[in-house]
Formats: sequence, structure tokens, C-alpha cells
Amino acid sequence: MLSIKNLRVSIEGKEILKGINLEVRPGEVHAIMGPNGTGKSTLASVIAGRDIFEVEEGEIIFNGKNLLEMPVEDRASEGIFLSFQYPVEIPGVSITNFMRTAVNEQRKYHGLDPMPANEFLAKMEEKKRMLDIHAKLANRSVNEGFSGGEKKKNEIFQLAMLEPTLAILDETDSGLDIDALKVVANGVNKLRRPDNAFLVITHYQRLLEYIVPDIVHVLFDGRIVRSGGKELAMELEEKGYEWIRSEA
Amino acid sequence: MEKDPNNILDEVTQGEYKYGFYTDIEMETAPRGLSEDTIRFISAKKNEPEWLLEFRLNAYRKWLGMTEPTWAHLHHPPINYQDIIYYAAPKKKKELASLDEVDPELIETFNKLGISLEEQKRLTGVAVDAVIDSVSVKTTFSETLEKQGIIFCSFSEAVQKVPELVKQYMGTVVPSDDNYFAALNSAVFSDGSFCYIPKGVRCPIELSTYFRINAANTGQFERTLIIGDEGSYVSYMEGCTAPMRDENQLHAAIVEIIALKDAEVKYSTVQNWYPGNKQGEGGIYNFVTKRGICKGNNSKISWTQVETGSAITWKYPSVVLMGDHSVGEFYSVAVTNNYQQADTGSKMIHLGKNTKSTIISKGISAGYSNNSYRGLVKMTKRAENARNFSQCDSLLLGDRCGAHTFPYIKTENKTSIVEHEATTSKISDDQLFYCNQRGIGTESAIGLIVNGYAREVLKQLPMEFAVEAQKLLSISLEGSVG
Repeated sequence: MLSIKNLRVSIEGKEILKGINLEVRPGEVHAIMGPNGTGKSTLASVIAGRDIFEVEEGEIIFNGKNLLEMPVEDRASEGIFLSFQYPVEIPGVSITNFMRTAVNEQRKYHGLDPMPANEFLAKMEEKKRMLDIHAKLANRSVNEGFSGGEKKKNEIFQLAMLEPTLAILDETDSGLDIDALKVVANGVNKLRRPDNAFLVITHYQRLLEYIVPDIVHVLFDGRIVRSGGKELAMELEEKGYEWIRSEA
Repeated sequence: MEKDPNNILDEVTQGEYKYGFYTDIEMETAPRGLSEDTIRFISAKKNEPEWLLEFRLNAYRKWLGMTEPTWAHLHHPPINYQDIIYYAAPKKKKELASLDEVDPELIETFNKLGISLEEQKRLTGVAVDAVIDSVSVKTTFSETLEKQGIIFCSFSEAVQKVPELVKQYMGTVVPSDDNYFAALNSAVFSDGSFCYIPKGVRCPIELSTYFRINAANTGQFERTLIIGDEGSYVSYMEGCTAPMRDENQLHAAIVEIIALKDAEVKYSTVQNWYPGNKQGEGGIYNFVTKRGICKGNNSKISWTQVETGSAITWKYPSVVLMGDHSVGEFYSVAVTNNYQQADTGSKMIHLGKNTKSTIISKGISAGYSNNSYRGLVKMTKRAENARNFSQCDSLLLGDRCGAHTFPYIKTENKTSIVEHEATTSKISDDQLFYCNQRGIGTESAIGLIVNGYAREVLKQLPMEFAVEAQKLLSISLEGSVG
């Protein structure tokens, strides 16, 4: 599904990703762990298409298509979803309106007519119920005045609405208390299907107790220095990142 | 060779017929330029009473002694007032057989606005079925209104039907020498709307120029008079949200609103006249004087405007709060793109005790445009415990446009409170990236963000108007980002 080969990325002349290789297959959950400042969020941003980064070398192939040649919105319509670490506020735009625009723009990309209003509203209801999201959230402006937990729940709600094939969760656990974390993790687990995949970026092992990964990668200084099963996360938790640092 | 007398007769009669027909058309247009004769011509054409002709001539004489205002943050070449035709009978548009004959660009805009096919035909002058004949629609509504004693007709009709009402109120809110453009309008106004809501009547429908025949052809110098008698309520909508490509260069309109005791008048307008091309050539100069007076106690006047058109907009819908406890409101969204210029805002003149006013202005500038808010809040000595809240926000798209705020506050008493808030913001890259990442293209994203920014104002608009205004905002800003 996702194939990253020898990806080298820099920002303002400083190299951040120094040759990333990653293969994600349908139905898999990959976790990317590592200390702060090693390029985890950069990787997420580059897959999504943020243009502040310079791709020096390498390729990202997604379902047979070269992602690096596509604008951000086309990547999204092809099935890439990024759950933001810091979701931005859009004052005055209700979540309902925002989602309807997003759903219909993606449908347009695939040559489909806009979703009928009643069908759309029914889908909103279904996803809210599934994720245990308060009804009022949908009428509020996107992220405006939301608590950290509400923002992250809203990201998962959007994930549920847009049904991507690859969802990247960028530090979704940061700033969440244990209850909010459970809501978010349960949501993700309900959305897992044999034909979609998740890339979970996290600093802590805590989230991985609730979203169990198939493969764990450790990112250090712009490279994936170690990959393994879910037990790698436990080992990392026990020994700390110093262990990786000394190995690297 | 001697001509057959019958042939000569034919030639002469046909010739005369042609000539006569020709002059007949010519008669419907006043000669170019402005003079007392032009004004007499207009007044005679409209079969106006003597007092109205005097009103016009009086305004004209005052106008001659006035000069064009230069204080606004606007630049335009001088206007040649002698090069304008001040009266032309409503032109009949050529009737088209089908929509295929209409400019495809116009059709595309209609589709973006979500205007139905039948409505598109009506707006572009394509022959329509008898079923949706606008005249029959109009009649149905007129009957409903007449039963309640509501008078809603063209200004010219009102002059004939209810001259005493027109005489009593016309020029009482905007005097004929109020300003240069108001004086010009008072001298040469062509037509407009008249609306009277009797005592205690709540107008059951949104009054719209939509239902008025010839609304599109009232010309450059429109004049509107709305009177809300004691305890009445009316919501009045002006303007068409479809892109009327009016070719007239100069528009100088007047709107007067009178709200008597306990009356409420809500006035909404969406203006999208031709803004000129991308290089800033052509487009309408729109110099409008809109003012209402809350004459009686507990009365309320509310202005809501969405301005996306015109090359130049010069417009300050105002409220004189004369009655105690009266309320004035101004909600505005002004969008400028390319080389458009807007100098717009409001005046709230507090005369009565415990009067309250609100000003919410949202300016959106793109391209090389200039967008200014200019407002006056005045608390007179008598206006004890009066309150005003003003919020003026500017949103900039790109770095070649300008946003300016000129708030004037005058307070002559110690108990009134005036609050003014102002912000300037830009659409952030983070917001655009967030929208893009959800599959929303940059152009749609800007439309979405701008509509969100303007929501406080848009929600004041009547429902069907609001939907079209939202689409219009997005369309006006198309191509504003690279």
C-alpha cells in the first residue's frame, strides 16, 4: 500500500530524514517511536505533502501512485489522512460544514456527485454514535475553543467520516488524559479493517497498550534504526531511548 | 421621368412612418448632460406633481454649488457629469430563444450560485413558460400584502398613488443637500422602491425587489423610501445576487428608512455589480447614501450588507437614534479583489436616552485592492446611558492589498459607553494545509475560511439570501491566490 524508499528530506538546508525505508501493507498497524526531534512528525508531514520540506531524494509510492508528484488535496482524496498533533482552529466554520465540504470535494475527485444531505447527516450520526462523541461538537466551529482532548477526538471523528486507506496519527496521545486516550484508541480500533492501515507516531509506549501495533519502528536521527514486533515497544519502555542511542 | 403619384405617396408615408417611429424611441431618452431642462423632462415624463419638480430643481441648484467629496480613501478619474444620460425609459432586453444564446461564462456563474434553470432564463431574458410567469407570482404576493394595508410598489407608482405619504417623508432622513451625491440623486432620481407598513402590522413575508417588475431597470439613480409605522415590522431585501452586468458607470442611490414608535425595519442587501476586469478597467462607481431614523421610542433599524461588487464603493448605512431606547445595527461584509476599492462603514448618531447601537464590520481584501472601514459613533448630550459596540475586523489575502480603519468617536455626555474592537488577520498556511489535507482544494478552502470569518454577519441575512451570499463570497475571491 505504502512504499517509502531511501527518503531524504531537509528543511532550510538541514537534513532531517536521512534515508527512510518503510513498507506498509493493508490491514497493518505500524508504530513509529523515537525521542523528540528525530524526524517523526516530519515523516508524517512529508507523506501528507507539506511544502515547507525539501525532498532531496527517494520516493513515496502509495497504491501504485507517486505521491511526491501530487498536491496535498489529491493525496487526501487518494486515501491519506493525517491526524494532526496540533489541529488548527477555523473560526466560524462548523464541523458539519467542514466535513461536508471535505467529503464532497473527495467525491468530486473520484468523479462522484455530492453526497445527498440526508445521507450525509445520517453518516455523521452513525460515526458520532460509534465514537461516543457528544452531539454538540458537530455544530461548533472547527477546533475553536476545544480542549486538547476534544481536538483529538475531532480528528478521529474526521478520520471516521473520510474513511481513508492510510491514517497517520501524529502524536495523537500527547496532551490526553487516560479517559480521552481510551476514547481515541477505541475509535481507532473500531475503524481498523483488512483493507486499511495505520501509521501511529508516538513518543510513549502508553498509546500502544490500547492500539496494538503489528510492527514497531524506532526512528533515531533521521533513520529507522530498529524494527520489530509489539514487544519492541515494551523493551523500549523498559530500557529507555538511551539504549537506542548507545546502540546507534 | 415623372414619378407615379401613388409611389410618391407611399414613399412619403413610409418615410414619415419610419421617422415617426424613430423619434418615438428618441423621446424615451433625455438628451445627454444635466440642466434644469433635463430635470423638467424627467419630471414631465413621470407625470409628477409640481412640488416634486420643485424638490428636484431645488436639489439641482444646491448641487451646482457643491463639490465632489475627496475625504474618502478612494482614487478615480474625474467624472464628467455632462456626459451622462440621466433618463432612459426601461430598455427591453432582446428576448432570447434558449440558454444556448447566453454568454457561457454567465451560465457558469449561475450554476455556481445554484440558481435554477427557470430562474436563469428569467434573469438572462430567455422566454419563460407561463407557469412561472413572474407577473402572476407578483400578483399573488401583492394581494396578500394589500389585505394588510401594506404598500409596496415602485417609487414612481407611489408618487401617483400615495403622494401625501411620499411628500411627508421624502428627504426627511437624507436632506436633498446632505452631500454631493445625495443632491445629484435628489435632482435626477429615476425610480426605486416604496414601502409602507401600517400601524401594528407585521409584514408576513420578506419583501424583496425580487418580486417587483422592472426592478433591474430602475437605473443609475435609485431612490428607496421605507416607512415602518408604529408597532410594525418589516424585513426588506434589496438587490439581486445574480451577476447583473450593469454597464452604467456611475450609481448614486438614496435609501431612507423611517421607524416610528415600536417599529422595526430590517434592511438586507447583497451588492455584486460589475467590479471591473482583473486589470482594474471598467466597473461601477457606487456612491450611495443610506440612512434610517429611529424616530419613535423603542424603534429599531438594522442594516445588513454584503458587498462584493463595484469598482468603487462609497457607502455608509447609518442610523439616527432619536427615540429613547431605540436600537441601531450595522452588519457588513465587504470583499475587494483585484483593483477594487471600498470605503464603507456606518454612522450611529445617538440622540435619545438609553439608545443602543452595534457595528460589526468584516473587510476582506485580496489582490491589489483597498478596503477601508470608516465609521462615526456620536453620543450627544441628551443621549444618557447610550451604548455602542463596534467591531471592525480585516482579513488580508496576499500582501499587495490594503486594509484601513478610520473610526471616529464623539461623546458629549458622561454616562454613555462606547466600545471599539479591531483586528487584522491573514489566512494562515496552517489553516490551508489543514483543509488541503482533508481533500479540500486551496480555492474552496479560502471560500470556506472566508465564509466562516463572515459568519457573524451572514447569519443576519434572511435564509435564502444567506445561501447565495455565501457562494458569492467564494466566487468573488476566485483566483485571488496563486
